[in-house]
Amino acid sequence: MLEKALSGSKRYWIWVTLLLAVIAVGVLAYMNQFNNGLGVTGMSRDVSWGLYIAQFTFLVGVAASAVMLVLPYYLHDFKKFGKMVILGEFLAIPAVIMCILFIFVDLGQPMRIMNVILHPSPRSVMFYDMIVLCGYLAINLIVGWTTLGAERKGAPSPKWVRPIIYLSIPWAISIHTVTAFLYAGLPGRHLWLSAIMAARFLASAFAAGPAILLILCFIVQKVSKFNPDPEGGAFQSLVKIIRYAMIANVFFYILEVFTAFYSNIPEYSAALRYTLFGLNGYNSLVPIMWVAVVLAFLGIALLVFPSTRLNKVTLIIGLLSIIIANWIDKGMVLIVAGFVPNSFERVVEYVPTLNEILVTLGVYSIGMLLITILYKIAISVREEKAS
Amino acid sequence: MSINRRQFLRRAGMITALGLGSSFVISGFGKKAIAEAAGFEKASNDLPAKRWAMVVDMSKFKTEADYNRVIEACHSLHNVPNFPDTKNEIKWIWEEDYHHAFAGGFNEYLDDHVLHSPFMVLCNHCENPPCVKACPTQATFQRPDGIVAMDFHRCIGCRFCMGACPFGARSFNFKDPRPFIEEVSTEYPTRTMGVVEKCNFCYERLAEGLMPACVEKSNGGLIFGDLDDPNSEVRKIVSTKFTIRRKPELGTQPSVYYLVGGGEHA
Repeated sequence: MLEKALSGSKRYWIWVTLLLAVIAVGVLAYMNQFNNGLGVTGMSRDVSWGLYIAQFTFLVGVAASAVMLVLPYYLHDFKKFGKMVILGEFLAIPAVIMCILFIFVDLGQPMRIMNVILHPSPRSVMFYDMIVLCGYLAINLIVGWTTLGAERKGAPSPKWVRPIIYLSIPWAISIHTVTAFLYAGLPGRHLWLSAIMAARFLASAFAAGPAILLILCFIVQKVSKFNPDPEGGAFQSLVKIIRYAMIANVFFYILEVFTAFYSNIPEYSAALRYTLFGLNGYNSLVPIMWVAVVLAFLGIALLVFPSTRLNKVTLIIGLLSIIIANWIDKGMVLIVAGFVPNSFERVVEYVPTLNEILVTLGVYSIGMLLITILYKIAISVREEKAS
Repeated sequence: MSINRRQFLRRAGMITALGLGSSFVISGFGKKAIAEAAGFEKASNDLPAKRWAMVVDMSKFKTEADYNRVIEACHSLHNVPNFPDTKNEIKWIWEEDYHHAFAGGFNEYLDDHVLHSPFMVLCNHCENPPCVKACPTQATFQRPDGIVAMDFHRCIGCRFCMGACPFGARSFNFKDPRPFIEEVSTEYPTRTMGVVEKCNFCYERLAEGLMPACVEKSNGGLIFGDLDDPNSEVRKIVSTKFTIRRKPELGTQPSVYYLVGGGEHA
């Protein structure tokens, strides 16, 4: 089926070339980092994780969100999602690959990455994260490829793939739970040391992931003849899922804020204070955190009222608001603020460098290229069947 | 019975997987025997201990020179680079004021002198080290004598241990450290870029029957010994005097104690 990605319109090739160009810039920036060390990033002794690990955290959520289509379709026989499921699975694959790449570019000694397998450490959460991420990648590759291949031949999916599809549901939950455990189990990092961390991660994932998927569906509708929602209603069902997940996410965040501020234990509120109001005169995250707060409520509002959620323009604004709010919260603030204040209650701020941003854009472009190729294959198979 | 090519490949693959798997199991469980067979044994002068610990007697640290002498002894011996900026800074033992070293117990009525009185901080060599648990390659590990050590050749530089350490004891080589070492010591290896490092309680000196470098240069300000031995000086101080530890509420059981009473071990 791969050959489908090798023929396309002029627009398709311009887009692919553009992505390849950004990837090339990213690779060059990474070579600079590889040769000169992580000193070329904004990370420091005090804020030892930054943009890379934050993107990893955000994208694990995007990968897990495929379950929001798989579960209704396969467990509840919600037929309307039939045409969209493959797009969810084909979003999960590039998302997991981007996660692995973000871990890779974050390593100080990337050539030693196989030490994680050579010296397995079952007491480390990272060990389990590796297992669940690789497993999830394999599951989605097998399921996506097999179901699309069967559809192309006009045959039902083989029977052996069913158990794997069912396995993908708890597995999706597990990838984001284990990722939350990376942070939630560390003593002395009070922003992360919270029992609700995994639940919050899942809620934000099930809001941002399907929102990205829906935007992709709109693009698919625009650039191809394939309609992911032929009967109508599938998109609006997904909008409901996004809305409730986002409401749960905001609710969980408010729970964190209440516990930290009402208990008034300084260590518990210090990081939240830093992100929302600034601490000891340092406030570089405050403006973008409030942007996230405003966008979160705007996004929910636009997805609640029928007039705005049924209007495509306001719907897209709402979806983008939710994606950006979640990205700021999880793809930036949560990881960085976990290190602020540091173990000595001193505030050391973090700002990513240009080199770091270019590497990040490079990884995202690899992901977008993979999405483009996989979606192209899926769309071509569907168009071929329709004609 | 004849087999076709496909069956042959399948069986060959299964046997190979079985062989690799069992060799892994054997090597995984027999590390000690392998080390002995390879001729690695305990150094003859090695000081025996069940749990190395340190007491910092604050009454002995009076002037800036008292701190610098100790820091210099450690950093020059261990080839700790001297980066001009705090962003890439590497430190094994350093000075931190009371207010920040014992973060969490802020009392606004404390005298400025108390709040800003300097303390010596270093890796606590915790009994339950969160960094060891976090490490995905066992590059940081706990020795039988309680020392939390690092294998610089195994470390992948993921910095999970830095997130896990509640004491800010770990540094990462963001840049190649070698150009920033003023005088290279031959007593301890230099590090490569991209790995984490920290205080090692001078295990290389303990193996030769010597006390840690900082202890030797502290004029009695740092007392080192086996906490498990009831007759050791550290044990006597810890069991009879009032000592404090950093963040004891986290349950990591730090092995560095601070004697704050003053006087001849108070």
